[in-house]
Amino acid sequence: MWDYTDKVNDHFKNPRNVGKIENPDGTGEVGSLACGDALKLMFKLDDKGRIKEAKFQTFGCASAIASSSALTEMIIGKTLDEVEKITNKDIAEYLGGLPKQKVHCSVMGREALEAAIYNYRTGKKWDKELEGEVVCHCFGVTDKEIERVTRENNVQTLEALTNACKAGGGCGNCLPDLQKIIDRVHGEMGAAAVPEKKPLTNLQRIHLIEDVIDREIRPALRQDGGDLELIDVDGNTVKVRFRGACSGCVVSAITLKDVVEARLKDNVSEDIRVEEVK
Amino acid sequence: MRTVYLDNNATTKIADEVRDAMMPFLTDLWGNPSSMHTFGGQVKKYIEAAREQVAALIGAADPQEITFTSCGSESNNLAIRGGAEAMDKPPHIITSKVEHAAVSGPCHYLEDRGFRLTKIDVDQLGRLDLDALRREVKTSKTLTSIMWANNETGVIFPVGLIGEMVHEAGGIFHTDAVQAVGKIPMKVSSLPVDMLSLSGHKLHAPKGIGAIYIRRGTKVKPLVLGGHQERGRRAGTENVPYIVGLGVACALAGKHLTEENTRVKAMRDRLEQGILATCPGARVNGDPKHRLPNTTNISFDFIEGEAILLMLDDRGICTSTGSACASGSLEPSHVLRAMNVAGVSVHGSIRFSFSTYNTDEDVDAVLTELPKVVKRLRELSPFVN
Ligand code: FES
Repeated sequence: MWDYTDKVNDHFKNPRNVGKIENPDGTGEVGSLACGDALKLMFKLDDKGRIKEAKFQTFGCASAIASSSALTEMIIGKTLDEVEKITNKDIAEYLGGLPKQKVHCSVMGREALEAAIYNYRTGKKWDKELEGEVVCHCFGVTDKEIERVTRENNVQTLEALTNACKAGGGCGNCLPDLQKIIDRVHGEMGAAAVPEKKPLTNLQRIHLIEDVIDREIRPALRQDGGDLELIDVDGNTVKVRFRGACSGCVVSAITLKDVVEARLKDNVSEDIRVEEVK
Repeated sequence: MRTVYLDNNATTKIADEVRDAMMPFLTDLWGNPSSMHTFGGQVKKYIEAAREQVAALIGAADPQEITFTSCGSESNNLAIRGGAEAMDKPPHIITSKVEHAAVSGPCHYLEDRGFRLTKIDVDQLGRLDLDALRREVKTSKTLTSIMWANNETGVIFPVGLIGEMVHEAGGIFHTDAVQAVGKIPMKVSSLPVDMLSLSGHKLHAPKGIGAIYIRRGTKVKPLVLGGHQERGRRAGTENVPYIVGLGVACALAGKHLTEENTRVKAMRDRLEQGILATCPGARVNGDPKHRLPNTTNISFDFIEGEAILLMLDDRGICTSTGSACASGSLEPSHVLRAMNVAGVSVHGSIRFSFSTYNTDEDVDAVLTELPKVVKRLRELSPFVN
C-alpha cells in the first residue's frame, strides 16, 4: 500500500479543474498509454497575461491524477513567467510529498506545463525530441530531461533517477548512459557526488586479486580437498580453474559465485565477474 | 462500511474450524513432538493426521510424500534448488514466463550459478506454448517447473501433458500448485508429477505454513539442515498448531470442492458477465475455457489499474491489479506482458478472486460501484474524449 498524504488522496478523489477548454491559449500533452500515464493540460490567459483558467485530463494512477490536479491549482492566477519557475519538487511539496517511486508523476506535471507554454509561444505542438536526444527508449526520455531531473532533484543514484522520470525502469539497456549523464551533471554542479575510490592500476588490481584468492579463498577450498588456480584477468573478468576435489564437483558452479566471486566483489570491486576455465 | 473481499488469490480468511482446531496446540498441547515423554510425544499423532489430510486433498498415494514447510515459497525453493542439486548432473532448468516470483526467483538463482535456464512463452490467452516445451525438454535432462494455475489470470496449464513430456525425456517435473489446490480436484498419484507445492493461507489456513509433495523416489537436497524432522527433508521443530490448521483447512477444502466449482464459479461468472455488460471497453484476460472457477482478470481500456483499485477500496471493495504503478515498478505485470495484452488495457487490469465465503451481495456491490468508478476515471482520461 502506498503511503499517500491526505492531500494526495483529496486531489485524487476530488480532482480540481478536470476537463477541456474551448479554444485554449496553450495545450500540452505528455506521456502515452503504453507508458502507463499521460496528461493533457490546457490553459487560457486573461488580458493581463495571467492564467485565468486551467484544465486537465489524466490517464494514470492516484498520484498522477493528484499531481495534475495540484498543478492546475498552482498555476491559476499566475503569469507564464511565474509558472515557468515551477519545478516537479514544487508540485510534490504542494501535495505534502509523494512516495519516492511516484516522483515521476510530478515530473510529468512539470513537463506538461512546459509543453503547454511552448505551444502558446510557438503555436506548435511540443515534442520533447526537439529538445534532446532520446536516451531511454523504453520510456522515451531525452538527455535534456534526464539532466534537468538530476539537477532539480539532486539525483544521486540510478534508482532515484528512475523514480523521478522512469528512465531505466524497463529493459535497463540505457543504464550505462544514464550513469554517464548523472556523473556529468554532478561534475558540472561541482558537487562531490559519490566519493570515489582512487582507481587501481591494472598491476595493482591483479596483485590484489591474487592476494584475495591466496588469503581468503584457497584456504577454504583446501579444507574440502579442493583448490583453485588463477588463469587470467581480463578487465573485470577473472578466469579461474578448479583443482582437486573441486573440479568435477556438481556444486562448483555455486562455489564459483557464492565464494570466489563474492569474495572478489567484496575485496576488489563490485564489477568483478568470475568465469571457470575447464 | 461493509468489506467486500475479492482478493482471495492473495490471501484468504482463516476458517473458524481451522482456528478452533489450532487452539489446543496454542494452549495446552505445546509439547515437542520429538520428546520421549508422553506429554510431548502425544502431539506427533496430530501431525501425522494432518499429513493424511493434506495427502487426501491432493490425492497422494502415501502421506509420507508430504513434507511440511513454512510457506509455498519455501516449497518452491526446496523443489527447484533442492531438486536441481540432488540430480547427478546439473539439469537444464525449464520454466514458464508467467510463474510466481517464488519460482522464477530460485530459477534465476540457479542460472546465475551456471545452470542453463529456458522460459517458455504463453500466447495471448495465457496458454503455454507446448510445442516449444516439447522441443526444450528433449535437449537434455531437465528439471521443469511449471505452475498448475496462474495467480493473476487463473489460467490452468495441462500439467498431465506437461509431466508426460518431461518424463519421456527423463526429466523431473515440479508444479507450483499454490493457486490450484483446493480449487480444482486433483489426484497426483495418477499424474506424472514429481513435486508439487501448496500454501496454507490460500485455502483458509493461516500464513506461515505450506507443504510440498515429493513423490516417493524423487531426490531432493534439503535447504534447512540440522535435524531429523520431516524425515530429514526439512529440519526444525515442527510448527504443530499451523500444521494441524493446514490439515483441517485441507479437509474443509475437500468438502468445498464441489461448491467451488458450482456456487463460487456462478458468482464469478455473474460478476464477469455483469461487468462486461455495464462497462464498455472491458475485456477478460486469460483463456476462458481453462480457468480456475474463482478468478477473473479484467482490463479496462484507457484507465489505469491503481486508480480503479483505490477508488474501489474507497468503497470497501478489495481487489488487486497488475498495473505497474501499484507495484512500484514501471512495467505492468510480467504475466500480462507475456500475454501481449494490448497497450490500451495492459495498465488497467483488475483481478477479482472469490472464495466460498463470498456472497451474492458481494457481486451486487461490485456491479453497483464499479461502473461508476470506470465512468469517473474515463471522464478524467485524455484518451476517451
Ligand atoms: S531503454 Fe531505458 S529502460 Fe529500456
